[in-house]
Amino acid sequence: MSFSEIRSTFRDMRRGGSAGKGSVMKPSIIVAAVLAALTLPAGAGTLDDVRARGMVICGANGQLPGFGLPDAQGNWTGFDVDYCRAYAATIFNDPTKVKFVALTAKDRFTALQSGDVDVLARNTTWTSSRETQLGLHATGPNYYDGQGFIVRKALKVNSALELSDASVCVQQGTTTELNLADYFRANRMKLKSVTFAQLDEALKAYDTGRCDAFTTDVSQLYSVRLKLAKPDDHVVLPEIISKEPLSPFVRQGDDQWFNIVRWVHFAMLNAEELNINKSNVDEQLKSENPEIKRLLGSEQNFGEQFGLTKDWAYRIVKLVGNYAEVFDRNLGVGSQLKITRGLNALWTKGGIQYGPPVR
Amino acid sequence: MSSTGETRTFGIGITEDDIFVQSQRLPVLPAPVATTGPIGWLRANLFSSPLNSVLTLVILGLLILVIPSVIRFLFIDAVWSGTDRDACLGGPNGEVGACWAFVRERLPYFIYGSYPIPQRWRVDLFFVMLAFGAGWLLWLDAPRRGLGAIYFFIIMPICAYVLLNGWPLIGLPSVDTSLWGGVLVTVVVTTVGMVASLPFGILLALGRRSSMPAVRILSIMFIEFVRGVPLITVLFMASVMLPLFVPPAWSPDKLLRALVGIALFSSAYMAEVVRAGLLAVPRGQYEAARALGLRFWRMQGLIVLPQALRITIPNIVNSFIALFKDTTLVFFVGIFDLLKTIEVARVDPKWATPVTSATGYAFAAVFYFVFCFLMTRYADRIEYRLARAERR
Repeated sequence: MSFSEIRSTFRDMRRGGSAGKGSVMKPSIIVAAVLAALTLPAGAGTLDDVRARGMVICGANGQLPGFGLPDAQGNWTGFDVDYCRAYAATIFNDPTKVKFVALTAKDRFTALQSGDVDVLARNTTWTSSRETQLGLHATGPNYYDGQGFIVRKALKVNSALELSDASVCVQQGTTTELNLADYFRANRMKLKSVTFAQLDEALKAYDTGRCDAFTTDVSQLYSVRLKLAKPDDHVVLPEIISKEPLSPFVRQGDDQWFNIVRWVHFAMLNAEELNINKSNVDEQLKSENPEIKRLLGSEQNFGEQFGLTKDWAYRIVKLVGNYAEVFDRNLGVGSQLKITRGLNALWTKGGIQYGPPVR
Repeated sequence: MSSTGETRTFGIGITEDDIFVQSQRLPVLPAPVATTGPIGWLRANLFSSPLNSVLTLVILGLLILVIPSVIRFLFIDAVWSGTDRDACLGGPNGEVGACWAFVRERLPYFIYGSYPIPQRWRVDLFFVMLAFGAGWLLWLDAPRRGLGAIYFFIIMPICAYVLLNGWPLIGLPSVDTSLWGGVLVTVVVTTVGMVASLPFGILLALGRRSSMPAVRILSIMFIEFVRGVPLITVLFMASVMLPLFVPPAWSPDKLLRALVGIALFSSAYMAEVVRAGLLAVPRGQYEAARALGLRFWRMQGLIVLPQALRITIPNIVNSFIALFKDTTLVFFVGIFDLLKTIEVARVDPKWATPVTSATGYAFAAVFYFVFCFLMTRYADRIEYRLARAERR
């Protein structure tokens, strides 16, 4: 039995699963009970817990600009943070009914597994082992990230493929370093990497001219660019050399909750695609477009099938916004970061964000 | 004797006439220039030997190298006002110094964290109560210090809990601890560590010296276990492992877990400090106390502990300073103490510049230095005062 299975057993036991009830049990019965607890879904549903508590508890990143960061007044802001607000909006019709728990890269999965948080929206990459070994489910990427490069404009480089023989500053011992080496080898380019223990050191070295390029995940490239002495003299190259699909995560075994978290994202995508936004959502309620009618609940009741209300998607768009609004406000043109949509554009506009239909 | 005119002999063949006796007091001459005044001080303190001279020159050279650029960064080139990062970017090629405008704008966040703005007066009141209690206890000539101790160790913690955490029944809305942050958290963690570690430390120290085997073994096991693991492990254990083993309903919140971890940790260290004090009390004191018919707790309370604690006050303060700085480790379990709020604020795109991080860390350094320095000065004064008894 793996460690995560033992953990989930503990979780099931204290949720009132069959294992914890008897006062004296033979070892064999305990084993059987543990096995039973492993196969049974968790007791009460997360949605009921959330409703009873009156708020969504959301595991977030406390220090990643654009994704999760408290502002000067201490209010949480960011792309992932707005997703948490969207869950609260769709359940309670109030985007403030959410408690944020700042999680580090180390304790984020335990916090979700142990039930400390209901959902993890913390720029977490969707990988196979996180679903097979940790007992978690990714609900689908809300942001397609990947590793990229930043170079000086003066270098007149337009593509990462022109970086042969260039020196690249990179953080030591990370997957970033591995991806860099792989990419250069695959493209038969000569790599001169300059490694540093800390990201900030690597950036400083790039800024002072020790390297021609600097590499990390694109979402971070845009925020670290602002730490350079003259941000406007640098440009982020278009190539993305690794796959980092960032997704919210939930515990396995609660399909209702999984569906809600997943479809909040799809609702935001569909709203963007149907051109429904915060300011026009009330007018769109009167729209004759059947897709809009189904999404906003003015025709048929899809929200109830999730365990939510008829206006579940209306609440999200009205109180938080559609995908484009959330993206632009936190990461894109409306923010300091000015990240381009790139892969995160809708499928109709050259990206790969694709919301399955509500019907 | 000599007035009698009698010739005194001072030895074989030596008479009074052979000896010169100064009959007038000579005027006091100033000490040689090289041993007094600034020069003398320099010679005695900085150039007393060739090695010391070389060291002095080397250190002087380093200071000349470092200090001007530090002063230039912190004050001369510093930016004092501005509304966002543009203020701290400097000219086209001008060196830019510390971005104090950033600290100024973020200062409320550094002090209160995410504590709701309309409720922040509660934090201010807590700081006042704490300062009052600390002042009462630390000022040795203050009146009714016994009452001060009751206030600081019993009344204030309860009031502070109600005040900060809230009690809707009396009109104070609850404020979840996940919203606490900044100096507030640093002060709460430090204070809880101090207030809890002293009594628990004393009990553990007494337990360790107890003649009852169960008590002694348990105390030793606890102290040695806690001393054998780093604080960061205790914190990880408390914040990551604990929730896996207790039901969510019982699962205490994150801050409380860290507080318990730190209180246990500092208690174990405090126990060793107190034990050193207990060992320093002469055996005769114990025997005399028993001869007077005092029972264990009265003996400890009236005779032994007052002496033991007096001896260990400098060490206790030393532990407190270490604790104060160790509180920054809660950073790693996602609690927003002062250092973490700075860490969060420095990446804010609104203020991200090449100097923002350095400014934030400089601010943290100044904060911690000021408090630690005050504590060491206080410990020195206490030490001096207590040593008076031995100087007599």
